[in-house]
Amino acid sequence: MSVKPLAMRDAFLERIWRAMAEDSKIFFTCADFGSPVLDKIRADFPDRFVNVGIAEQNLINLSAGLALEGYTVFAYAIAPFITMRCYEQVRVSLALLSEVRPMNVNLIGVGAGYSYVVSGPTHQCYEDITLMRALPNFQVLSPADHVTASAFFDTCVNTGGPKYLRFDAQVLPVIYESALPDTSKGFYVHKSGEAICLVATGYMLHTAIKAAGELASEGLRVGVVDLFDLARFSATEFQDTLEPYAGIVSLEEGFRGRGGLDSMLFEFTSRRGLKARMLNIGVEGAYYFELGTRTELHEKVGIGPQAVLSSVRSFAKSLTN
Amino acid sequence: MKTDLVDLRAKAHWVWRETLAVHRRAPETRLASSLSSIEIFVALYYGGVLRFNPSNPRDEERDRCIISKGHGSICMYPILADLGYFPMEELQHVCEAGSFLGGIPDPVIPGYETVNGSLGHGLGVATGMALGLKRKASDRSVFVVAGDGELHEGANWEAIMFAAQHKLDNLHLIVDDNRISMLGYTDDIVSHGALTTRLTAFGWDCMEVDGHDVLAVQAALQQQKAIAEGKPKAIIARTLKGHGVPGLENAPLSHIINPKPELIDSLLEKTR
Repeated sequence: MSVKPLAMRDAFLERIWRAMAEDSKIFFTCADFGSPVLDKIRADFPDRFVNVGIAEQNLINLSAGLALEGYTVFAYAIAPFITMRCYEQVRVSLALLSEVRPMNVNLIGVGAGYSYVVSGPTHQCYEDITLMRALPNFQVLSPADHVTASAFFDTCVNTGGPKYLRFDAQVLPVIYESALPDTSKGFYVHKSGEAICLVATGYMLHTAIKAAGELASEGLRVGVVDLFDLARFSATEFQDTLEPYAGIVSLEEGFRGRGGLDSMLFEFTSRRGLKARMLNIGVEGAYYFELGTRTELHEKVGIGPQAVLSSVRSFAKSLTN
Repeated sequence: MKTDLVDLRAKAHWVWRETLAVHRRAPETRLASSLSSIEIFVALYYGGVLRFNPSNPRDEERDRCIISKGHGSICMYPILADLGYFPMEELQHVCEAGSFLGGIPDPVIPGYETVNGSLGHGLGVATGMALGLKRKASDRSVFVVAGDGELHEGANWEAIMFAAQHKLDNLHLIVDDNRISMLGYTDDIVSHGALTTRLTAFGWDCMEVDGHDVLAVQAALQQQKAIAEGKPKAIIARTLKGHGVPGLENAPLSHIINPKPELIDSLLEKTR
């Protein structure tokens, strides 16, 4: 039986809503941002829900204060605003303070990459992986479907410290139909390949899986890895997974060459002595105001399905030369 | 919980001397803004206002004291040592390698609750603690000591609006209103005008007090602590930056002036 696709936030918030009935220590804060499931939380748990208004700086400091009083806090806002509008608060009151104080604060950012398709660059988010992975003590979770997002709820309640969840704003097709991925490892191998492995996060996993299918029909068997925990994946197992490949392709819906997934893979492979060559697929460092479908926007900035196929084909050729 | 009352004026004088002595040994510390807040902290910690437990600094039954003006609180080092949070001997090693007492206090110091060095965060975090305490049905209070200069940070006003909206009458803000930030008088930079009027307009219960009259500060704190009428509370303590040090007191650049060691020695000698 196929799983009906849901918005990541609805799947995740549904789990929070259910848990709040059992666990009086869960507190939900938001910066004037809703969802259908949030309405249930507001109605059923008014004592453990607050809307701070359009005030992300206070959202973070308030959430830190609640966490210091023992609450497991879920703070909810649009992705660029819950990361960049209040980065100083995130750094000081969460990353820094959690170094010496037990606290469990989970930032739910909705609108990763281009997922707010027609809202333009203020509401789109191409910088968050870079910024959030720069902060020690932060766990950065980047699901590709609602099943993974939902599974992260267990990670959030069972692991202390601050976490950032980057959720897509759109309902995405379900990838993990049969079972939840093992979130403890931090990544999941969808497919093994011969010379090239595509390492994708978030929405770009969908593009990577489609590209791998297309390339296989052309005789090019590439591996596909979903890297959904960008800070605490199992390094040894990740190394074992990548070791056989001559080429690694990073795919992210974020700026290319500015400290995101691509930089993380460069650092990882360099530190671990992996010899693979790298191709980075990400958004060229510029802001765009054009309107179009998400696929059209992706093609324009070099991360659309056709652009990916073309880049990987060329990369494959360069590896054999 | 410590509640023993002491001679507050004598204690404030002792803290003033000890703060000078710490700065004499560690000139990296900010002296002027640490001298304006002495009576506030003495009233809180020795005036029967705060409930605290030096042997268990994060005792659930404590009142929370958030020292938002971090670098302007070096006077807390002698206070915390005197109260038994850590040995007096530590005061000899401020800013030295291996000491936990830095130029800007960090939450690794027993008695400090949060990160304070970056200004404008204390009130927001305190607001979350106050809300959390209310929801836990705790009768404990949260006290925040902030400088008037750091109220330029807009995040404070987000918290000020929130606290009034949610009727956090367990939240106390004490403003060390010395009216000088790093580059001069705040009235010449971005004036707060009448801070009392502003906070009252934002829905806070607000009092003004001579911030160097420790008994008056104590009385104001006690008075406000006894009230719980659905409003957060603020005390605007009128103070002087560099209080009691000639050349430093109320000097526009006092934040970055270090008095000469000989001046400190002579002051300590004269006020013995």
